[in-house]
Amino acid sequence: MATLELNNIVKEFGDTQVIKGIDLEVKDREFVVFVGPSGCGKSTLLRMIAGLESASSGDIKVDGQRINEVGPAERGLAMVFQSYALYPHMTVEDNMGFSLRLAGVPRAERRQKVLEAARILQLENLLDRKPKALSGGQRQRVAIGRAIVRNPSIFLFDEPLSNLDAALRVQMRIELARLHDELDATMIYVTHDQIEAMTMADKIVVLQGGVVEQVGSPMELYHHPRNRFVAGFIGSPKMNFVDVEVLDANAEGVSVRLPGGGECRVPVDGGDCRPGDTLTLGIRPEHLTLDDQGPLSGKIVVIERLGGVTSLYLDTEGGEWILMADGDVSHRVHDAVRFGFEPGRAHLFAEDGLALASLERHPLVNVERKENRASTSGDDH
Amino acid sequence: MNQTLSKKLVLTLLAWFIALVVFFPIFWMILTSFKTEGEAVATPPSLFFDPTLAGYHEVMARADYVKFALNSVIVSVGSTLLALLVAVPAAYSMAFLPTPRTRGTLLWMLSTKMLPPVGVLMPIYLIFRDLGLLDSLTGLTIVYMLMNLPIVVWMLYTFFKDVPRDILEAGRMDGAGTLQEVLYLLMPLTLPGIASTGLLSVILSWNEAFWSLNLTTSDAAPLTAFIASFSSPEGLFWAKLSAASTMAIAPILILGWMTQKQMVRGLTFGAVK
Repeated sequence: MATLELNNIVKEFGDTQVIKGIDLEVKDREFVVFVGPSGCGKSTLLRMIAGLESASSGDIKVDGQRINEVGPAERGLAMVFQSYALYPHMTVEDNMGFSLRLAGVPRAERRQKVLEAARILQLENLLDRKPKALSGGQRQRVAIGRAIVRNPSIFLFDEPLSNLDAALRVQMRIELARLHDELDATMIYVTHDQIEAMTMADKIVVLQGGVVEQVGSPMELYHHPRNRFVAGFIGSPKMNFVDVEVLDANAEGVSVRLPGGGECRVPVDGGDCRPGDTLTLGIRPEHLTLDDQGPLSGKIVVIERLGGVTSLYLDTEGGEWILMADGDVSHRVHDAVRFGFEPGRAHLFAEDGLALASLERHPLVNVERKENRASTSGDDH
Repeated sequence: MNQTLSKKLVLTLLAWFIALVVFFPIFWMILTSFKTEGEAVATPPSLFFDPTLAGYHEVMARADYVKFALNSVIVSVGSTLLALLVAVPAAYSMAFLPTPRTRGTLLWMLSTKMLPPVGVLMPIYLIFRDLGLLDSLTGLTIVYMLMNLPIVVWMLYTFFKDVPRDILEAGRMDGAGTLQEVLYLLMPLTLPGIASTGLLSVILSWNEAFWSLNLTTSDAAPLTAFIASFSSPEGLFWAKLSAASTMAIAPILILGWMTQKQMVRGLTFGAVK
């Protein structure tokens, strides 16, 4: 069990800087997810932690010890690869026991450790099979088992679920969360899928273009995105954005003119805004409500009925918006609708993309997944 | 339907035709080896004759086949093992730790195969003479190793390049050093490729005649020299020569026959994945 610290990590490939100075602290037993679009540097960052790539500059510390010059195996970390990277010529048992065999662990002890990991992952009856005789989900579990057997201080996962089909991905996601609970280990997980990030993470690190856009709990990122990129990246369907004009602004709130002429006062710190400025208003589809008296209007272009909820794609004066309505709404395509939102749910972004600070913090932002973890960690970031 | 059937027929006939053309000289050689010297040079050649083992008897009486064959085995297998020993690390570094010059190095290595061997006969002969390697199994093994090295490196390089990087990285995470990575992961994974590369190298060494004729006389002479010894400037020798050739190629022909599946699998190893 261990902590990880990154200090001003930079990675250059030739003249290109792909990681541009990243600082991060991972607490003991924390589940941290690196998320971002492809090419954002999240996998490179993970590979540097693993020791498969060297950092061009900066410190990587495990439990306070700098490990930049330590070889991958001696770092005491284990990695699960996107492609599983099982050894095709070895049985499941040999795959899982390979690290112990290299370390010179006697056969009996090796077998016992492999059996223990196989029990956790329900692989006991597959130990004699070769990887090609396994399904995708089973291969993934073997890859995780190979990591468990090493009893690493930190588990590293590089997009481990992206080769699985949707149903299996959900199942493995739950299994991974349970595994984290059972093993009580520090885990770092890379994904481009914001749902995986939201559902599994204690702490999410949103990366773009080699820099950290925001670090925080899932609820913090959802309710208090630091900038427009994070706001658009976290949450599904994507947040609706529209440019609005400032009517009046002070530290207690900002009044803006909505498309269609309505007005709205958003409870954010508008100390730096002047009337006449242009801001971007962001509002999540699930925070829009159908309301005949609402200040906004639009025409339904597409309806997606999911049963529990219905997505309405609206053609509005502010562009195409998505509205998540109740599952039982009876509207049809081409219907004109009016809708609105609670001003407290809206976000405002300045021209540089940064969000104006909310006056009130969401109550769940600092709530941790597990009660006992509060004792080992301080407040959030 | 009809069209595909006739297409298949044409292709089958073509395949048979090519196979027969390729095989005909060998067939003719084997046939000649069972003729008398007179029949062997008769024009028009006789297709029907009383087969005789006279040629074989004479060959066996005049030369120690086993000794030549043993030399061939030692030299071709030895040079192949030596080539693999050098080529595996070379191909490993080129496949997994490439530099901007890797491509050029590979091409340069292959380009040495375009040089006619006779071009370097003089220097090699003199070096061998000074080192006392003339007519020695060691010397011939080294020359064959050098001769096949470009092809062996090139083939291993293509096989290694196809090994997923993730697997080797997983090995490194599991604590494998370079040697363990090669022994426990890379070699088992590319075994079909390594095997076919080795077989090809054995076959090329077995059939090599230029160096063996020029660098050996008796002690280290392999089967190619054994064949050549039955060619003489006077008298009739075609039947004896054919018998000697048949005996010389028989082992490698049988080896090739037995391993043809392996060969094809290995040579198409990267392609079908």
